[in-house]
Amino acid sequence: MKNYKKWIKKSSQEIAFISKDPILFLSILLIFSSLIIFILYPLCKVITVSVFSKGQFSFIILKDVISNWYFRQGFYNSIIMGTLTSIIGAGIGFLFAFTLARTNIPFKKVFHLIAIIPIISPPFIGAMAIIMLFGNNGLITSGLLGINNFKIYGFRGLLFAQVITFFPVAYITLRGVLESISPTLEDAAFDLGGSRWKVFKKVTLPLAIPGIASAILILFVETLADFGNPLILAGSKFPILSVQAYLQITGMYDLPSGAALALILLVPSVSVYFLQKYWVSRKKYVTVTGKPTASSHKVVSPVAKWILFAFCSFLAFIILLIYFTILWGAFAKVWGFDNSLTLNNFKYVFSVGFEAVTDTLIIAVTSTPIAGILGMIIAFLVVRKKFPGKREMEFTSMLSFAVPGTVIGIGYILAFNNPPFALTGTFLILMLNFVFRYIPVGIQSGVAILQQVDPCIEEAAVDLGADSQYTFKKITLPLMVPAFFSGLIYSFVRAMTAISAAIFLVSAHWNLMTVQIMSQVESGRLGAACAFSVILVGIILLAILIIRLILNLFYGSFGGTMLKI
Amino acid sequence: MSVKLVNISKIFRDQENIQKKVVAVKDVNLEIKDGEMVTLLGPSGCGKTTTLRIVSGFETPTTGEVWISGKMVNNIPPNKRDTSMVFQSYAIFPHLSVAQNVGFGLELKGWGKTEIEKEVRRIMKIMEFSELYNRKPEQLSGGQQQRVALARAVINKPSVLLFDEPLSNLDAKLRVQMRMEIRKIQKTFGITSIYVTHDQEEALTISDRVVVMNEGKIMQVATPIEIYSYPKNMFVADFIGRVNFIPGKIIEKKEKTLLVNFGIYQKEIKCRYGDFKVNESVIIVVRPESLKMSPAKKKDPHCIQGEISKLVYLGPTIEYEIEVKELSRKIFAVIYNPIEEGFFKVGDLVNIDFKPIAAHVLSQKDKE
Repeated sequence: MKNYKKWIKKSSQEIAFISKDPILFLSILLIFSSLIIFILYPLCKVITVSVFSKGQFSFIILKDVISNWYFRQGFYNSIIMGTLTSIIGAGIGFLFAFTLARTNIPFKKVFHLIAIIPIISPPFIGAMAIIMLFGNNGLITSGLLGINNFKIYGFRGLLFAQVITFFPVAYITLRGVLESISPTLEDAAFDLGGSRWKVFKKVTLPLAIPGIASAILILFVETLADFGNPLILAGSKFPILSVQAYLQITGMYDLPSGAALALILLVPSVSVYFLQKYWVSRKKYVTVTGKPTASSHKVVSPVAKWILFAFCSFLAFIILLIYFTILWGAFAKVWGFDNSLTLNNFKYVFSVGFEAVTDTLIIAVTSTPIAGILGMIIAFLVVRKKFPGKREMEFTSMLSFAVPGTVIGIGYILAFNNPPFALTGTFLILMLNFVFRYIPVGIQSGVAILQQVDPCIEEAAVDLGADSQYTFKKITLPLMVPAFFSGLIYSFVRAMTAISAAIFLVSAHWNLMTVQIMSQVESGRLGAACAFSVILVGIILLAILIIRLILNLFYGSFGGTMLKI
Repeated sequence: MSVKLVNISKIFRDQENIQKKVVAVKDVNLEIKDGEMVTLLGPSGCGKTTTLRIVSGFETPTTGEVWISGKMVNNIPPNKRDTSMVFQSYAIFPHLSVAQNVGFGLELKGWGKTEIEKEVRRIMKIMEFSELYNRKPEQLSGGQQQRVALARAVINKPSVLLFDEPLSNLDAKLRVQMRMEIRKIQKTFGITSIYVTHDQEEALTISDRVVVMNEGKIMQVATPIEIYSYPKNMFVADFIGRVNFIPGKIIEKKEKTLLVNFGIYQKEIKCRYGDFKVNESVIIVVRPESLKMSPAKKKDPHCIQGEISKLVYLGPTIEYEIEVKELSRKIFAVIYNPIEEGFFKVGDLVNIDFKPIAAHVLSQKDKE
């Protein structure tokens, strides 16, 4: 009770303090209300719809869903798929990261770029290519090997697609982890007489374990939430929860059951996400001790080095094969029957689906800067300001990282179908969805860079007479520019490639390329789907190039090097 | 442009445990005159930086009032306060040029471009770093950054200039040079200044008055000479320079001196602070360099005598540790110019003496 009173006292003091700065006060209020409306409210809707039946609180819908064996199977499959993908993906990612961080193999940069490609392309490209390579009319199965009834749909194919799609995420995370482990530690262990294998087992691996654990958990959350690959590859014999929820709503028009499935999907994702964020990521070792040290590359034996090189080459080959297949598919007459080249697929795209291209661009171009700026502002408030509910603000805005897109999509159609927020079918609902789904990216990079900027620099501006808006605009924001742009690139890529939430929100007026690609795949027009994908990846690459050029122009090499992707 | 702190206290709440309070500043009363340079000196955690941040407005005092130029400023935010701060880390804006950094405050005041440039050039000329006008912060050395930070603060013509350990990131030689320069600039512009440092030498060389703080409280406020020669309590005496504390008892009160008994000895010591009674227990405070040493031929109960137990030769000086059996303690003595004063060896018997004016007594109550 006493604590509660103290909290009120402290909060009211803080409110009194920030209310002296009306614009700061207003922006905090504004951010709070938008986070509540566009993140919490849709989630609450998912929950309430699943626990209210005919206006009465009851668990009937949830009970029905859980007692249905087919949905239960979907749940188990999702968990199994998530577990396997995360373990295999993190393993491959670790080997890839270890090879690039700790050996002096040739073509390191090329390997890095190849591993990045799946991150900047729609997540279901892997699934498409796998069908084109191993499906009924697959280039490898029926074309090369003459097998006609190879079963790629289901567990095997999906696992393969998921691992290829998500291992790069583990690679990026683990490369950072490995690079933060000073190689001198390994050199020291080696110098003390440890064999190479012992050094790896006793020093490198234990130091990387927290990083590996967190990569596994991140992959688990991402795989569980993934929608595109399972929709294409899972098939009816291997149901996956996110697809089931979607089919329940779009196929059966059963919103409550769909919401209940979303709720069941939400629980493991959110719990694993927060396990990762608040427990595993705290166990990280800090081993960087000032001066960056160069590795002597002596800790990997030549034989091991070339084995790792072969492994990376094989992986890079598979990724290239996938993208080459898509590219060829875009120019092929009828994939599997007549693979000779043509421009018909592109003609088809430009005549039938060009609106989807412009729509996607408009939505991505409007939502990413808003998400970026909002992310920076929230990062700034969270790191630098004191106000009641600060932690709650950070928590809520990071929530959309943890919540599967399917759940968000269902939440949005439930929340914004009726006044006062009748937004279904509009441009606004898609844009808002993207903004609030991708602010965490901006927040994360903003928080990271702000923690490196000495608060005195901002205090100095205030001391010289600047108010908080002026300080933010003239001092903080310019310092955050590199983080802002890398956040911008990331959210642009995500907005261009998003499918799981967006598929619920598109309409006849506002459609997206990813959704178009999906419907082309479903109706068997693989060529058109490939052509769409090529255009999509082309736009993304162009956008990255433009942003890099702008940064180089205004910030010289400084801005360019700050950008990692 | 005077500064007045009235009964200032600052209590921080522990971030982890709300119940736990940390008293950073306690009942601080201080008046700083127009144009005066005052240093806040003390060990880390003594509340000196918090006091400075309370004056600048970055911290709000839990109780008490801050007055600047006759106005109570408790409710005025830092950007509206007429103070300028020089930060320990300099806080140079890394994305702006030197000229943009220096002119930042004028830009905020709405000055025109040409006026700003003129004024920036003028200040940079006075402070002798005109050649850095177009440089970027990453091209500056520590000393140059320091100069930019100082110019940026001075150009605003603030009522009060605040220094938060501005020299602690510089090497020893540069530190000596920069503190002279800071003092020169401060005198040139005649700006009332508060200077926080934990370096006693810096405090003694730079200030009009020194405020020694410990555990959030002011221990003594005085001129550098007074602070060093006649510290008011044992903390100040011990914190600044080295000192001998010898417990004793008042035997007789004279007009300007006190006759004090310690061990088997008696000595007349000048009375500085407080009102002492006969028979009161006191502490005699005497600096090592005030002691005179002479060779002792034989035991003499009228002289303080001891045996040298340790010596450290430092070039210009020799430090001796002398075991005085009659006082059952060691006395430190520093002898300057040893070539003329003579050398002693470990084990030598010496007489120690000091003049009444070179020592003073503190009441046992002033142990703080």
